[in-house]
Amino acid sequence: MRVVVIGAGIVGAACARELARAGCEVVLLDRGGAAAATTSHGEGNILISDKEPGPELALAQLSRALWPQVLAEPGTRPIATGRAVGTAVADRARTEAAEWDTKGGIVVATTAAGATALRAFAAAQRAAGVTATELSDDALHAAEPHLTRDHTAAVHYPQDAQVQPAGAATLLLGDAVAAGAQLRTGCAVTGPVRSGGRLTAVRTEGGTVAGDAFVNATGPWAGAVSASLGAPIDVRPRRGEVLVTTPQPPTVFHKVYDADYVGAVASDEAAVQTSAVVESTRGGTVLLGSSRRQVGFADAMPVAVWSAIAAKALRLFPGLSGVPVMRAYGGFRPFVPDHLPVIGADERLPGLWHATGHEGAGIGLSVGTGRILANLIGGRTPPIDPVPFSPNRSAVAIGER
Amino acid sequence: MTPRLIRADQDVLGRNDRPVTITVDGEPVTGVAGQSIAGVLLAAGRTAWRYGRTGAGRGVFCGIGVCFDCLVTVDGVPDVRACRRRARDGDTVTTQTRVPSDVDTVTTQARVPSDVDGER
Amino acid sequence: MTRVVVVGAGPAGLSAAATALGAGARVTLIEAAEQPGGQYHRAPVAEFGAGRPEALQHGWRDFAARRDFVLSHPRCRFLPDTSVWALEDPDAAAPAGRPTGPTTGPTTGLVADPGRRRTDRPTHLDVAAPHDPTGPGSTAVRVPVVHVLTGPADGAGRRRQAIEADALVLAVGAHDTMLPFPGWELPGVVTAGAAQALVKGERVAIGDAVVVAGTGPFLLPVAATLLGAGSTLRQVLEANRPGRLAAGWGSRPWQLAGQAGKLPELAEYAATLARHRVPVLLGRTVVAARGDGRVEEVVTARLRPDWSVLPGTERTVAVDAVCVGHGFTPQLELPVAAGCALRTEPDGRSFVAVDADLRTSRPGVYAVGELTGIAGAPAARAEGALAGWLAAGGPDRPAVRALRRRVAAGRRFAARLAAAHPIGAAWPGWLRDDTVVCRCEEVCVGALREAADQDPRVSKLGTRAGMGPCQARICGPTVAALRSFEAARRPDDGARGASPYHRPLAQPIRLGELAASAEPDAEPPEPVPDKENP
Repeated sequence: MRVVVIGAGIVGAACARELARAGCEVVLLDRGGAAAATTSHGEGNILISDKEPGPELALAQLSRALWPQVLAEPGTRPIATGRAVGTAVADRARTEAAEWDTKGGIVVATTAAGATALRAFAAAQRAAGVTATELSDDALHAAEPHLTRDHTAAVHYPQDAQVQPAGAATLLLGDAVAAGAQLRTGCAVTGPVRSGGRLTAVRTEGGTVAGDAFVNATGPWAGAVSASLGAPIDVRPRRGEVLVTTPQPPTVFHKVYDADYVGAVASDEAAVQTSAVVESTRGGTVLLGSSRRQVGFADAMPVAVWSAIAAKALRLFPGLSGVPVMRAYGGFRPFVPDHLPVIGADERLPGLWHATGHEGAGIGLSVGTGRILANLIGGRTPPIDPVPFSPNRSAVAIGER
Repeated sequence: MTPRLIRADQDVLGRNDRPVTITVDGEPVTGVAGQSIAGVLLAAGRTAWRYGRTGAGRGVFCGIGVCFDCLVTVDGVPDVRACRRRARDGDTVTTQTRVPSDVDTVTTQARVPSDVDGER
Repeated sequence: MTRVVVVGAGPAGLSAAATALGAGARVTLIEAAEQPGGQYHRAPVAEFGAGRPEALQHGWRDFAARRDFVLSHPRCRFLPDTSVWALEDPDAAAPAGRPTGPTTGPTTGLVADPGRRRTDRPTHLDVAAPHDPTGPGSTAVRVPVVHVLTGPADGAGRRRQAIEADALVLAVGAHDTMLPFPGWELPGVVTAGAAQALVKGERVAIGDAVVVAGTGPFLLPVAATLLGAGSTLRQVLEANRPGRLAAGWGSRPWQLAGQAGKLPELAEYAATLARHRVPVLLGRTVVAARGDGRVEEVVTARLRPDWSVLPGTERTVAVDAVCVGHGFTPQLELPVAAGCALRTEPDGRSFVAVDADLRTSRPGVYAVGELTGIAGAPAARAEGALAGWLAAGGPDRPAVRALRRRVAAGRRFAARLAAAHPIGAAWPGWLRDDTVVCRCEEVCVGALREAADQDPRVSKLGTRAGMGPCQARICGPTVAALRSFEAARRPDDGARGASPYHRPLAQPIRLGELAASAEPDAEPPEPVPDKENP
């Protein structure tokens, strides 16, 4: 079976990896460079803590279980242009290349109402198998000495982890290529070739590419790509900004975020929303997020958004006030109105599959998504129920069916 | 000894120096009022005052605020470009390091144990 | 009244402010340093009590006159110690509900500078200037909002303002380009510009036994300055060979005529070096620095025209400082943030693309001086004068046309300079796998070579090259050049360049400053009616 994966971000890479290892002939196309768009503009979150019980949490738990396995398997060095370099390297080097860090997350509430909501949220998660431990004041202070003492509740999520997303994606790509996948960058898809009601090929800047199955893994551009193929899905860009400080002595030890964050993720607001997400990287920088805006693909960065992010981060870590921000960057998340990823076959156009719509969670959810999609394409039963992610649900499939 | 201050009595600019005294890691260092912190340090014969992750010393490189090699902490405020900041009497300058063993004074043991999967 | 904001008070920016004032505009002049002058007119601050600040300067009298005219002008607001940390698209800042278009109105008959004698006039243009309603200042363009921080450099709690303008003149200059070589990160290895700035601004000589190396005529004033500071110059090394210099400088000598002042100045430096018997060697450069904790010796070598090393020509020279400059890199983050298109020279250097009137691709935004090409202070002043006048809506007149001719002559001069002093494409041959390229994150050549087949952004995240405090200001163009160099050796590679100049945060800002809201643009002082024109 020949599968064409469109989009060489981390989700496309994870799908290509699973498909190639399952014996498919895989061609991976990207209009730009591998891992160069949404994948390399995020913080690399692998989060359990922000998922409420339901299908997305199940996908997050599956992915969280898969990540260490993926990193522990013998593989190749990470690459990004299609040449498998070197021989198998030890899992430690793979872990290093991905900057895998089981740092754990701490969610902090700063109001009485926030504390009540956070405790209820954590209790429901525990019932769904999440490790979520409320921290005493002393434990919290020991865990995050620079965090404000002005908080009302804090829950520790030891399963939360982080990768350097471009490094992790190139690792998955390297595995895919080592398993026989072919990567073509600078190769944009321009339209479909149909035959007997099926999608049988895609036209690209580099000629027509035929296949038995086509996976739309183009992240925030999945709406446009699916429309160009004749089966539009409702995936929209949701803009986010991140501020980066100069390298600091260790100050933030976990992924620390404001309990408001869950509400912002779940919101449908198009207007800007900000909530504090603070964490450090291996380079010593502190990353400060987050914002959510629906502004199409406009990439201008309003100073007011930066200011709001800074103000909320300082509420959690007032001691960072004198620390310089040296960089700001932004990117686009693939937003779906019902906040669930889109994984599976498109009934409207046999041959077309989707793997997108993870909003800000695509790095973490990539490996589980790849597993589910490869199982579905191969006619095997996925490890979790894929039905909630169906592209054919009313919130996603646009137009006539 | 190099680098060095041009002597005022030999200076074609006809200087009328007044001293400025700052402390650098607790030691008093005197320069000429009007000099930048980098100027004071260089005139005192110091060529390196910041240490990178590998332990390599750095001082002035570009001299005009572009390279960020000469960063110091002034009165507790980190990452001040010494070549751009005018030295003021009483400035408390602390040198900066990114050498991991010097940096990890708080240590990562602050972390809540999180080896849930035992993969590390 | 047109509001012109000029960023940078070096030769170009100061001239722009002067003519914009002359054309009747209200001018805000923003300067990161404490006083105007830029690198060219860098001088000790007043606290040194220097009785003869002009002693080291060329053209100081003209500069001082222009400075005094601008700073004392009632329609000028001078903001020293002020960093522009962001340029923001006004439409992004406030998507709805705000009027578009500048608030320009006709101004008539303002005489900018009534009290001055003609001989002191800073430009041709500071004369009566009725506002031209068809000028660029009155078209319905919205130029970026200029976000500034005012206070001690890199301080905390600086004053934050958002300044609105009808036209923006960017005159932020350039810094030395410095190609890496083994040992270039040792203390005592500095840019040529640093050595110059330390003498001019700090009265500090960087060393006693010094080698000055690189390419370009700027090496001569640096060497002369160091001699004046009492340093011994072991050698001055120009990397390009005599044939290249002759081809660049020697042909079409009439094109140099427009650069009056520049050539005698250079000849004077050359004479100074000859008087001190300083060896000036062509086709040779510093390819390595060595020392224990600081530079103690350099290795120099003869170069082929492409700057590959001629084997067997290596020589060791004992030094306590080495000053290197391979031309200049314009500070492009503000033009890029404003949305201005760039142009690229054959040797890979980028500058802001401008038309004959210094207009960038972004309406209402002008770029002048070293942002547009490297041609020295006279050309920078001409560009600033023309752009300032036009940005203020000044009308066309013979003096404007004369300025255009001077700007064009400066352009030709810049082209010759670039032709005579290119960077040879084979310079990466100096490097070893353990040579530091990104100084901030201490990323070496080997790591970059390994990642050279990745997308630039992916490679950057993986190696951290360009991710440190300087934000790729120093290594960005070098990393891009290295990638091309590597790609040329591996033709199957599809690596594309990424802009090393994209820095939406143009200067660091502390979180506390960012979290505080900006003060609205303070109402500039009411213009004082000129005496002749009440």
